Amino acid sequence: MLDVEKIRKDFKILGRTIWDNKSLVYLDNAATTQKPSSVINTLINYYENYNANIHRGVHKLAEEATTAYEEVRQKVKNFIGASSNEEVVFTRNTTESINLLAYSLGESFLKSGDEILLSEMEHHSNIVPWYMLRDRKGSKSIKIKYIPINKNYELDYSSLKKLINRKTKIISITHKSNVLGTVNDIKKISRIIKSSSHSPLLVVDAAQSAPHMKLSFKDLKCDFLAFSSHKMCGPTGVGVLVGKKDLFEKMSPFLGGGEMIRKVTFEGFTPNDVPWKFEAGTPNIADVIAFGSALDYLEKIGLENIYEHELKLTEYTLNKLKKFNFLKIYGPKEPDKRVGIITFSNPVVHPHDIATILDQYGVAIRAGHHCAQPLMKKLSVGATARASFYFYNTFEEIDIFIDALTKAFDYFAVGACKELKKDEREKDGNANIDGKNAKQFTTTIR
Amino acid sequence: MGMQTLMEKMQNNSLPQLDELYKEIILEHYRKPHGREPLERVDYEAEGMNPLCGDEVKLCLQLKNKKIEKIHLDGHGCSISVASGSMLADMLRGKTISEAKEISKLLKDMMHNKSTEVKPDLGDLEALEGVKKFPVRIKCALLPWTTFEEALAGHEHIEIS
Ligand SMILES: Cc1ncc(COP(=O)(O)O)c(C=O)c1O
Repeated sequence: MLDVEKIRKDFKILGRTIWDNKSLVYLDNAATTQKPSSVINTLINYYENYNANIHRGVHKLAEEATTAYEEVRQKVKNFIGASSNEEVVFTRNTTESINLLAYSLGESFLKSGDEILLSEMEHHSNIVPWYMLRDRKGSKSIKIKYIPINKNYELDYSSLKKLINRKTKIISITHKSNVLGTVNDIKKISRIIKSSSHSPLLVVDAAQSAPHMKLSFKDLKCDFLAFSSHKMCGPTGVGVLVGKKDLFEKMSPFLGGGEMIRKVTFEGFTPNDVPWKFEAGTPNIADVIAFGSALDYLEKIGLENIYEHELKLTEYTLNKLKKFNFLKIYGPKEPDKRVGIITFSNPVVHPHDIATILDQYGVAIRAGHHCAQPLMKKLSVGATARASFYFYNTFEEIDIFIDALTKAFDYFAVGACKELKKDEREKDGNANIDGKNAKQFTTTIR
Repeated sequence: MGMQTLMEKMQNNSLPQLDELYKEIILEHYRKPHGREPLERVDYEAEGMNPLCGDEVKLCLQLKNKKIEKIHLDGHGCSISVASGSMLADMLRGKTISEAKEISKLLKDMMHNKSTEVKPDLGDLEALEGVKKFPVRIKCALLPWTTFEEALAGHEHIEIS
């Protein structure tokens, strides 16, 4: 059990008010989370007491900063269950981690005719870098294929089996969808790969999972795993790429410059050892060090406790949302398959309008395509609204959210809802339930 | 929504900011947007989208005697962008291209707080002024208008009026 009230005291921002004295209800945690005071203090302490460039000074400050920076590598290694510090590379964010992979794997391992598998529920950051790789390799030389999702918004594992062939070189997949909340079974995917007699590399986008559940890089049996500090109580500007050491060693560097070299001559260069080979230039020292404090904080609370609390919040919210029977909720029906994220649309109020109205009540949610346009297309919806939780959210906050939602629907006249519901039923059978024909908002309102 | 519900609304939700954004006229346009009937002939068209939020609009123009005879809009978006498109369809019908462009410019000036000497009469469009207080939504209000200008871009020769 979490003592949420006590935890909330660590987050000054959670005590602020919005507009005229509405308490902040922050439900946009999938976009970024808030930072506890320990993280903020670490930043201040670094800048006030030992700010220096790392790996290149003999003076005391440089030594302290270098030690603090490298200690965080160790913390990340333990946090994520990697085998050694060499398996941990610091980047700017998940997006950069995946770009690094797409560039470097593309240079080192891919040839014309190869295939890359993604899923239909990917964030743009796990789509666009692969398209860029394909386009760099010359049009049509590399194929990108999508593993479909099923009616329950889960990955269709049987299709995955069929899609893997000898040309498949990379499978890059999200661990948890930032729209559906669906948690994909990475172990199952690695088993499927193993039994396929082919050996594509498995890349996991853990941006939405690493902050919310206990992960082990070793147990997941993937080759690479990427996540962002800012989605797990840490500062912005720090990402992690975990990867198997032997692969890192075979891969060509991504960015070139200082730090990533062993030797530079008038003729050429020799790259540094891993992981520094992938950390060109002065890294984000302060934020990496503060990310270490975020990891300490999360471990103190316990990832299992975080998961459990979010599961309860998810169940509670899904239950409360039932009263809006015109609402279309995306994601698996079973709360434990879709922890912490609830995305919805409705035929009456557009997600932007919902978000604006909720904001007036102090409730922060996200509206839009959530950087997943292909998925939106698959769901036949232009935009959706999303509430996403973290361990500091309370049941009372969910009540405020539901209350504000009620007011938003009232505002746009519930009468119209009822009419429309009848219309929809007549037109599409139970379109609202199976969702295949989720209607666009505006055109259906007559 | 009639007067009665409007009154109720004000009592139930003491959120004057919201009432300024969602003026009754905007909600009316949103519920029953104008300019949805298909055209006989498409002379100019453009698709606009707001990549931040996924709002999409397709706008088609049918011209006759150098005037905009009919306008067709399609797509999906929030109440503000749909209402703004619906008002566009009303306002620009029968206008010459340069008259239409002038209206578009006046609306943009209003949204971006550029003061004009005489406050122009923008009809229903004036209801959109409340959007100014919600800076992230200004793009929604202007989407149909930028799409309209896009439709005309590269077709400057028609502007002999
Ligand atoms: C599933 C998923 N992948 C990747 C990202 C990208 O993370 P970042 O913006 O930190 O690079 C996000 C965040 O929006 C995400 O939700």
